[in-house]
Amino acid sequence: MDEIPHTRRRLVIGYGNPGRRDDGLGPALAEAVAARAGPGVETDADYQLTVEDAAALSGCDEVIFADASTDGPEPFSFAALEPAAGADFTTHHISPGAVLALAGELFDARPKAWLMGIRGYEFNEFGEGLSAGARRNLAAAADFLSARLRDGPTERRTEAAT
Amino acid sequence: MATAATHKIVIEPVTRVEGHGKVTIQLDAKNRVQQARLHIVEFRGFERFIQGRPYWEVPVLVQRLCGICPVSHHLAAAKAMDRIAGVDRLTPTAEKIRRLMHYGQMLQSHALHFFHLVSPDLLFGFDADPAIRNVIGVAKKFPELAVQGVMLRKYGQELIRATAGKKIHGTGAIPGGVNRNLPIAERDAFLKDIAQIETWARSALKLARDYTVEHLKDLADFGSFESNHLSLVRADGAMDLYHGHLRAIDAAGAKIFDQVDYQRYLEYIREEVRPWSYMKFPFIRSLGPEAGWYRVGPLARVNACDFIDTPEAEAARKDFMALTKGKPNNVTMAYHWTRMIELLHSVEVIHRLLDDPDLQGTDLVVKGERRPEAVGLIEAPRGTLFHHYQVDANDQVTRCNLIVSTTNNNTPMNRAVEKVARDFLDGAKTITEGLLNRIEVAIRAYDPCLSCATHALGRMPLVVELADAGGRTIDRRERR
Repeated sequence: MDEIPHTRRRLVIGYGNPGRRDDGLGPALAEAVAARAGPGVETDADYQLTVEDAAALSGCDEVIFADASTDGPEPFSFAALEPAAGADFTTHHISPGAVLALAGELFDARPKAWLMGIRGYEFNEFGEGLSAGARRNLAAAADFLSARLRDGPTERRTEAAT
Repeated sequence: MATAATHKIVIEPVTRVEGHGKVTIQLDAKNRVQQARLHIVEFRGFERFIQGRPYWEVPVLVQRLCGICPVSHHLAAAKAMDRIAGVDRLTPTAEKIRRLMHYGQMLQSHALHFFHLVSPDLLFGFDADPAIRNVIGVAKKFPELAVQGVMLRKYGQELIRATAGKKIHGTGAIPGGVNRNLPIAERDAFLKDIAQIETWARSALKLARDYTVEHLKDLADFGSFESNHLSLVRADGAMDLYHGHLRAIDAAGAKIFDQVDYQRYLEYIREEVRPWSYMKFPFIRSLGPEAGWYRVGPLARVNACDFIDTPEAEAARKDFMALTKGKPNNVTMAYHWTRMIELLHSVEVIHRLLDDPDLQGTDLVVKGERRPEAVGLIEAPRGTLFHHYQVDANDQVTRCNLIVSTTNNNTPMNRAVEKVARDFLDGAKTITEGLLNRIEVAIRAYDPCLSCATHALGRMPLVVELADAGGRTIDRRERR
C-alpha cells in the first residue's frame, strides 16, 4: 500500500477592517488567496488578531499573517516572523509575534511564520473599497503568495518581495 | 492651556485600550497636579458614511465602525431598524438567536479584557516590569489561566460565528428578525463544552473577587469617586443586557428616573461639547452637565439592577453588594469584579438559551408598517450604546446619531485620570513606569474603545512627554 503523503497544513490569516478603506488589505488578500488555494491551505480573515488565534495555530506547519502597512515598502514586504514576548500589547488586538509566542507557550504550536505587509495609502476615512495603489499592491501580493503556496519558496521570489 | 508657571505631562496614546487617546497632566510650578484630561481622538465621518444608505443595510454597515465590538453595533442598529420596519416584537426564535449572539459577545469581550488586558496588572502588580506584565508573562507564569482566557474568548467568538454568520460583517440580525436559526448539531457542539466554560467562568469571577477583597484597602480610593449610574433594566428590575428600559440612580442608590422608554432618551440625556475634546460629554438632563454625568458598563449595571435572574450571578451580585451594605459601589477598580459577575451571568444565560428549543424554530422575521425614526439601545460590554436614525420615504437614512459606551463614560474616565494623577503624580518630576501605568490602569477599568481606529502595521506606539513651564520637553518615554 502506498504511503499517504503528509499534506502540510498552512494557514493564511488576513486582518484589518474593510470598512476603513486600505485597512482591509489583509482580509482582501485572504480572500484572493482562498480563491486560488490548493490542498492544505486554509485562510481566515478578521478585524484584528486576538488571543484565540493562538489556538488556531495548533497543527499548522506554516502560518502567514497579512496586514495593511501604512509606511512599508511597495508593493509589499514578506519577512520571517519570530515570537515576540515583549510589551507590545497596545490594544485589544495583539501583534502577530505575540500570537506566535502565545501559540508556543500555551499550545506547543511552533509553525514557521511569515509577516506580509501590503502597502496601503488611505486609512483615515470610512468607506468601502481599496485605493487604486492598494489594489495594485494587493494583486502583486496575491500573485506572490499564491505562487509561493503552490510551488514553494524560491530565493529569487523572496528577494523580489523584501 | 499651560501657563508660565505650569508643567505639562503628555501620555499618548494610552496603551492597551483601543484607538488613540492622549492624557495631559497639567502641573503647577511646584509639580502639583493642576488639571488632568483624557483626550480622545474620535474617528469622524461615520454619519456621512451612513447617510443615503438603505436602512436594511445599516446593521451590517455599522460593523465597519469597530473591529472590537461589531456585534454590539450590529444589534443596536438592528433593534432600531426593527422599529423602522414597524416591528415591535420579534418572534421567540429571532429574539433568542439575537440574545445568544449578544451574550456570546459579552462573554468573549469580558474574557479578553480580563485575561488579556487586566490580569497582568493584577497578577504581577502595577509596578512590575512591563516586559513581563503582559499576556505572554501571564502565559509563562500562569499557563492554565491563560488557556482559560483564550478558550472562553474562543467559545464566545464561535457563538457569534454561528449566529451572525461570519467574523467580519456578520449578517445574522436583519430588520424584523434574523436570517438563521441554530441547527441542532451546532447546538450540541456548544452544549458539549458548556460545563467546562461554566467552571472557567466561576474561576475567573473568584480571581477578580478575591483580588478586589484582598486589596480593598488600596483599591477603594484608587481612581474612585461617587457618581450616578445608568443602565437598561427589565420591567421587574432585573439585569437585562439585550433589552429593557432606562434606569438612572445616584451615588446613594436613589432613582433619578426609572423604566424610561429609550425611544424618548433625548428627554433625559443630553450631550455637552467641550472645546478641548473631540468626544462629547453626556449628562442627565434634569441634573445638568455639572451633576448629571454618569457611569455605564458592568459596575453601573450591577449597581442599578434589583437582581440578576441567573442563580450563580445573583449570588455573586449579593456578595458584591454586601460590601457596601446594598448601596451602590463607587470603587472604580470594582469594575473588574462586576465584569466577571457579568461574564458568569452570560455563561448561565447562554446555557439556558442552548437548552431552549426555540433556537431551532423557523419563524424568523416579522414585518410591519414603516416608521420614519427609531432608537435602538443595547447594553454593550462597555456600557449603554445608543443608535438613533431617521429614514426618509425612499428608505434612505437621512440622519444618524450614536452615543457609544465609551462616550457615556467620558466624564468618569476623566475623573479617574485626575484622581489618580493627584494621588500619585503630585510632586513627581519624572514619569516613572509605575506612575504611567497607574493612570492607564484607571482608564482600563472602564475597558474603553477609544476610536475604533485602524490598526495597520506601524501604529500604536506609546509616547510620554513631560514639558516644563516654558514648553520645553524635559522628559520623554516611548514604548512600542
